[in-house]
Amino acid sequence: MKASNSLWKSKLQGRIAEPLATELDVYENEIALRKHGKIEDRIFAETRLRRGSYGQRYDNGQRSDGETTRTIPYPDVPTKGPNTMWDAPGMQRIKIPYGGLNASQLETLADLCEEYSDGIAHITTRQDVQLHFVHIEDCPTIMRRLGAVGITTREACGNTVRNVTCCPIAGVCRTQTFDVTPYAKAAAYFMLGHPDSQAFGRKFKIAFSGCAHEACGLVRLHDFGCIAVTREENGQLRRGFQLWVGGGLGPVPQQARLFDDFVPEEEILPLCQAVGLVFARLGEKKNRNTARLKFVVSKLGIDEFRRLVLEERAGLKYDPRWTSYLKDAHGHQEEALKPASLLQIEPVRPEGFDRWQRVNVYQQRQEGYSTVTIALPLGDITGPQLRKVADVSRKYVKETIRSTVEQNLVLRWVSNADLPALYAELNEANLATAVAETIVDVASCPGTDTCKLGISASRGLAGELRERLAAKNAELDEVIGGLRIKISGCFNSCGQHHISDLGFYGVSRKKGNHVVPHFQVLLGGEWQNNAGTYGLAIGAVPSRRVPETVELITSRYRAERLDKERFQDWIKRIGKAECKKMIDNFTALPTHDEDPSLFSDWGDPREYSIGDIGVGECAGEVVDPVEFQLVAAEREVFEAQLKLDAGDIENASVMAWEAMLHAAQALLKFRLGIAPSDPARVVEDFRTHFYDTELFFDPFVKAKFAQDFFNAWENRNVKRTVDTTHMLVEEAQLFIEASYSCHTRMTATPAKVTA
Amino acid sequence: MNPDSVQHINVKVFATATAESDAVVKVFHRWIKDTVCPEMLIDVAEYSHVPEGPGILLIAHEANYSLDNRQNRPGLLYNRKIADEGTFQEKLAQAHASALAACDRLEKETTLKFDRNRLEVFVNDRALAPNIEDTWQALEPELKKYFPKAKLEKVGEPRDLFRVAVSAE
Repeated sequence: MKASNSLWKSKLQGRIAEPLATELDVYENEIALRKHGKIEDRIFAETRLRRGSYGQRYDNGQRSDGETTRTIPYPDVPTKGPNTMWDAPGMQRIKIPYGGLNASQLETLADLCEEYSDGIAHITTRQDVQLHFVHIEDCPTIMRRLGAVGITTREACGNTVRNVTCCPIAGVCRTQTFDVTPYAKAAAYFMLGHPDSQAFGRKFKIAFSGCAHEACGLVRLHDFGCIAVTREENGQLRRGFQLWVGGGLGPVPQQARLFDDFVPEEEILPLCQAVGLVFARLGEKKNRNTARLKFVVSKLGIDEFRRLVLEERAGLKYDPRWTSYLKDAHGHQEEALKPASLLQIEPVRPEGFDRWQRVNVYQQRQEGYSTVTIALPLGDITGPQLRKVADVSRKYVKETIRSTVEQNLVLRWVSNADLPALYAELNEANLATAVAETIVDVASCPGTDTCKLGISASRGLAGELRERLAAKNAELDEVIGGLRIKISGCFNSCGQHHISDLGFYGVSRKKGNHVVPHFQVLLGGEWQNNAGTYGLAIGAVPSRRVPETVELITSRYRAERLDKERFQDWIKRIGKAECKKMIDNFTALPTHDEDPSLFSDWGDPREYSIGDIGVGECAGEVVDPVEFQLVAAEREVFEAQLKLDAGDIENASVMAWEAMLHAAQALLKFRLGIAPSDPARVVEDFRTHFYDTELFFDPFVKAKFAQDFFNAWENRNVKRTVDTTHMLVEEAQLFIEASYSCHTRMTATPAKVTA
Repeated sequence: MNPDSVQHINVKVFATATAESDAVVKVFHRWIKDTVCPEMLIDVAEYSHVPEGPGILLIAHEANYSLDNRQNRPGLLYNRKIADEGTFQEKLAQAHASALAACDRLEKETTLKFDRNRLEVFVNDRALAPNIEDTWQALEPELKKYFPKAKLEKVGEPRDLFRVAVSAE
């Protein structure tokens, strides 16, 4: 843990917008409370997950060294989640809505990855940034430093609306219908912390694409995917979206279903809210394996699902945010720093420039401008490299940077005449590798490197394939060079293996007394058409044999391809049986004595073991919202005590009263489904539903705690002394304890709703 | 600034001969297995695919050891993560001794060789020690005291960590 955390807190005072600044103070207090055992670990786990603070492999304190599983002797302090050691390094996910970044944000990420992580910022397949090996107690400081440059980690994880993704060339794309950036941004901030998105049983993913046929935002693998379309109405071109719902990858991949082929632009946010309400109401809460929206859509059928969503939509109270952003959306366009220009033909071009220009440079719809892709190996970038990208983004463009779902960065609006100079600067920083969106640019999730669920070393394999393919990059023709490889460490598909030409996900097989790392091979997935087709599972090959498998499949495709036959069509034509035959060449396993190398994974010399696989934290447990509210109320009492200790009687008494009020609201919400916001109504309803019914009565002291609540309300305007405030804080603490007990009793024996 | 308040002191000892990444990964895993360092060793992170990157790291609770390749200058880096008691001199001595001990072990177990007269000392905390003249003024006497015969040079731009090159004169 860093010694400078308190320094940063005072240094950044006033530089973080509200309510984020308060939220971060709250998180810091929750960390302190958990460390002192005052919050239950499963509740704290969901709290930190909702802020993107995630667990990492071995955080249960167990690690296999290849021969035996040993205990990592972490100090004996409270856990930060069930079976999750406090001091175990974790991962901090940082949400980057629609992938949009500026130079200051890159510089902050550079500083953070050096000071708190391992020197690497990792771009994910959802345009997020992740820092690994981070200490939980450093997270509030990391978040403050991010908050000071306009980034939040809120809801980066947990059962929430995850990062809203968007085509990285939206606005500059030659084939887009219109720029979807303002819509993606509006959706991200509208749904962030929205009350209707807090009771999901699982995560919820949103994407925006500017056109249907490109890959763009991979709409068809999302819970709520929007493709830009227009329609002529009364001689006017009207903007809207083709809306797809219920898509997802994972162990049960499902393509999204068409909800509506034209949703007018002003309806997209209310519909998103309505879909969220249906998901919160009907989505599975106990079995996380069937809790994604895709299962709701499958179970109900798209027609019934649509009916329910539209019913919810009709009942929604008008929210001005649904449309307030639209006035700027139509005229929205990023600005260039330099005037448009032609690429000057120089007699001597920098070495490697031509290939880089061909592979990594995209001519924008705006003549004279290009978008440049910075291809990052496995999505990894160092601090100095981030600063270099920040520098060139100030020098050549107006800081128009985006992260991509292919784990790269793009610089938009480069004036074409600047391309050689930009190339030279990027090349100096090892950022001009000419592999963007080719077979060499392998995408991968973290796999066994850091993920608790990883089965095989997806990054190890990705690194190996990248190295081998890069070595012959120059000789790869367009047929092979244009294919995509994506790898996941397990069936959960974080590497998006279903939607690449060649996809792999980690599995294991047993040979004698040994377990062997394998990868299941999927062929023929389609990246284009917004992830139009999912790949076909063919069979599993040992991890160490995957490079040979790739070599054989690509060679055969090159040799057998008819005219301009696409890879997907070739796979379909030769059929699953023939595909299986291809990989059968590599499935035979020697014994351990014959070839022990097959019994370890890429980049990891330990003998392979599945003993390190832990319990996933992908979305944490489903915690009843009432528990969250009670934890928040408890924190308020804690803060009231701090105020009292500091001699601030007035604020201490206000906070203690508010803690009681919030606990009462939590119980009312649980019992009635709705809680009033007016304090007088809260007191009145609490009296009706919890006091008169004796539901809140303690078995021993009976009405005392409820009476304390009523007294606090009646005396709210009485000037308090230190002693009476002290008493109020204590009563508030006891009232919250009583609220917990009451909630426990109600959940043990469901009570009838008497509203 | 009070030099004794500085934490997270890093020492990098530059290498004169390198080793294959696989060999270093193997050695770091063995160190975890055999508990060869005083720190609580946790895991190995491999970034040799990143040019001029952090290389191969042995992640521990108190500090990370790594075969670092930043600026394309390979070396053994000791990165102190948790705060220590004591004076600047004591904290620097601890980091320096830990780095040298790791170099000794790596030289025995791999083809790596280190030049113990070429080091970099840096502070991995921009709030405690920003890379500015004031920090240099405060820490130079301390560094001179610890390395009395060495040439010291503050390096890097203001955005970098506070970093000092140390070489035998």
